[in-house]
Amino acid sequence: MEIVLVSLLNGLVYGMLLFMLASGLTLIFSMMGVLNFAHASIYMIGAYLAFTVSRLIGFFPALIVAPILCGLLGAAIEVWGLRRVHSNGHVAELLFTFGLVFIIQRSVQMIWGMLPMAYRVPPSLDFSLFTFYGEHFPAYRGFMLLVSAGMLLALWLLLKKTRVGMVIRAALTHPQMASALGHNVPVVFTIVFAGGCMLAGLAGVIGGNYQTTEPGMADAMGPIVFVVVVFGGLGSLLGCFIASILMGMIETFAVVINTSMLDLLKPLGITLADSNLFTEIMAMPVARIGALLPFVMMIVILLFRPRGLLGTRDT
Amino acid sequence: MSRLRLICYSFAVIGWLFGGWPAVAEETIKLAYTDPFSGPFASGGDEFLKNFQYIIARKNAAGGALGRKYELVSFDDKLQPAEALIALKSMTDQNIPFVMHCTGSNVGAALIDAVSKHNARNPDNRILYLNCGALATELTNEQCDFWHFRFAGSVDMRAAARIKALPPDLKKVYLLNQDYLFGQSIQRDSKKWLAKLRPDIEIVGDELMPFGKVQDFAPYVSKIKASGAQSVLTGNYNRDLNLLIKAAVDSGLDVRFDTFLSHLIGGPTAIGAAGENRLTSIMEFNSNVPVDLKVPEAEKFAMDWRSSGHLTDFSALNFVTMIDMLTDAINKAGSTDPLKVALALEDMHEKDLLGQETIMRKEDHQLLMPYYAGVFSKDVKYDAEHTGFGWKNYMTASAADLTLPTTCKMKRPE
Repeated sequence: MEIVLVSLLNGLVYGMLLFMLASGLTLIFSMMGVLNFAHASIYMIGAYLAFTVSRLIGFFPALIVAPILCGLLGAAIEVWGLRRVHSNGHVAELLFTFGLVFIIQRSVQMIWGMLPMAYRVPPSLDFSLFTFYGEHFPAYRGFMLLVSAGMLLALWLLLKKTRVGMVIRAALTHPQMASALGHNVPVVFTIVFAGGCMLAGLAGVIGGNYQTTEPGMADAMGPIVFVVVVFGGLGSLLGCFIASILMGMIETFAVVINTSMLDLLKPLGITLADSNLFTEIMAMPVARIGALLPFVMMIVILLFRPRGLLGTRDT
Repeated sequence: MSRLRLICYSFAVIGWLFGGWPAVAEETIKLAYTDPFSGPFASGGDEFLKNFQYIIARKNAAGGALGRKYELVSFDDKLQPAEALIALKSMTDQNIPFVMHCTGSNVGAALIDAVSKHNARNPDNRILYLNCGALATELTNEQCDFWHFRFAGSVDMRAAARIKALPPDLKKVYLLNQDYLFGQSIQRDSKKWLAKLRPDIEIVGDELMPFGKVQDFAPYVSKIKASGAQSVLTGNYNRDLNLLIKAAVDSGLDVRFDTFLSHLIGGPTAIGAAGENRLTSIMEFNSNVPVDLKVPEAEKFAMDWRSSGHLTDFSALNFVTMIDMLTDAINKAGSTDPLKVALALEDMHEKDLLGQETIMRKEDHQLLMPYYAGVFSKDVKYDAEHTGFGWKNYMTASAADLTLPTTCKMKRPE
């Protein structure tokens, strides 16, 4: 029982980190119809910038400064890069962001080197918040939950209660109509792209010291974020939120389950005697394949509900 | 217009700079080196390349081999066997007699096979494979080959040293490794040596985790805690190790981490104070070994590396042994012909930089060399990667200790 509660908490923290990263991507994806491959790269830049800035002026100012820098970078990418290739269609945009991944990766390696950075949790947050069945719950995790919940609230207020948010929502669900009504859709694009990058940067700031800040971090986070966005569905922040938490929970719980498919069949009286590839797969504990489950779920949802969990448009 | 002229001039200057020395270049002994220089494992390849540049610069300053200087030619194999084979083709086209390769047993296995076939078909253009870090034990057992020499301890040797270095009061270990060739063989050999050397230790966890896919190690930490383990025995490295230790410290999990590879570059930086007095590793070398053994030349060698602008520490003593043995073999053979050099390398006995005995075993071409077990501590002369913590050596497994039987049945050229 206690391991279930502990895992629930762990899954929630990880899910919220995923959401922070995925929410920006889902906004960009919904609006432009293009998966921004470089989104996880911006996350990485956020972490590196936070490391550098926090050395100069401390962690908490970096929490504000680094995402803003990422947002500016995102705006620059949109205005001088994406907007130019936009007229050539989605494939061109897709390839553009794909190329960007390599450029950012290489630039980060050239600027900061290939080694992990010594980016650590600030001392003021480096203590145990409470002890839960003998396991410490670090204050930094609580802080992560707080920041991501705050971000969720701010995003919701922005989208639901402001005029900009209204235009964005309109452009999310009915992009053609919004532009036909005379809204400056390119500017909306820039705002959304910059905003998405800002959220990725924020995720980088708090994820960089929770995990490690190194050139491989974009590659590590990239795929799972795409899964969340596709699973959650186009144009739906709520779907993205549910998908993030779900994926966080799945990955966390999969680790603690030691049973295999074969164990499930045992009560039914089915046992496999001989040893071949099939029995090997059946006997593999869930923990060993846990990290693959989100991808399996993505394939399942694409097969049976291509628009995603709460998507309003087809992918 | 003037810009165009400037570009033309700069090309002319570049051409003059690089084209002016071919007469000298022909005199060198070329050493090809292939490893990943791009992708997630680029940091390793990059670091090893710097190691080799440092070692070879010193060797050249000392006269090289046969009065000729070494020249390093690097290739990026992206940790892909297919890419490594393309690189090998390019090396043999350039008549390079030696290829060094340090990362990835899958690449190593492909290279052994390709080199063997190439040498059988092209007796006048052979190439010798000097393995500095593809560790799977199979490469000097079932897959052993005359044209392959390994200058690094196999997984089997490391596992033997690793289990020997476990503290006597340890009773419960948790095995956690990456689910691919290397991790699986560490898991298997750890169990083998635990049963042999420490039957008193109970294995309370036996787990393989997806390689490089896990983002959050908190659930693993909960599992380890629930198992009651006193130590996590793991061959994980890079991110898979750093995140594990971070998560364990955050949750207040009070266990040792008895690792194989946490001393690799970036490990000490990423782990930091979290590893104090509970992180151990099995190493070829660290800056404190020469202090303990009182070998000032080796200490100076490591310090010169540090003071020449490197952020990391010198740990690849086996690379030095490799270049030393190669040089002596070339001098002994009186030529760079791979066959003559290979025969000269066989059964070579040599003292390494620390004055320890190392032997290139003839039966399987495996270097028998010592390993040092160190614990991450503040109480050291030299820290690692400027973290304030360094490796305090507490056990040595000598080359004789690590002389393990081999099943190699080598086919030798006539």
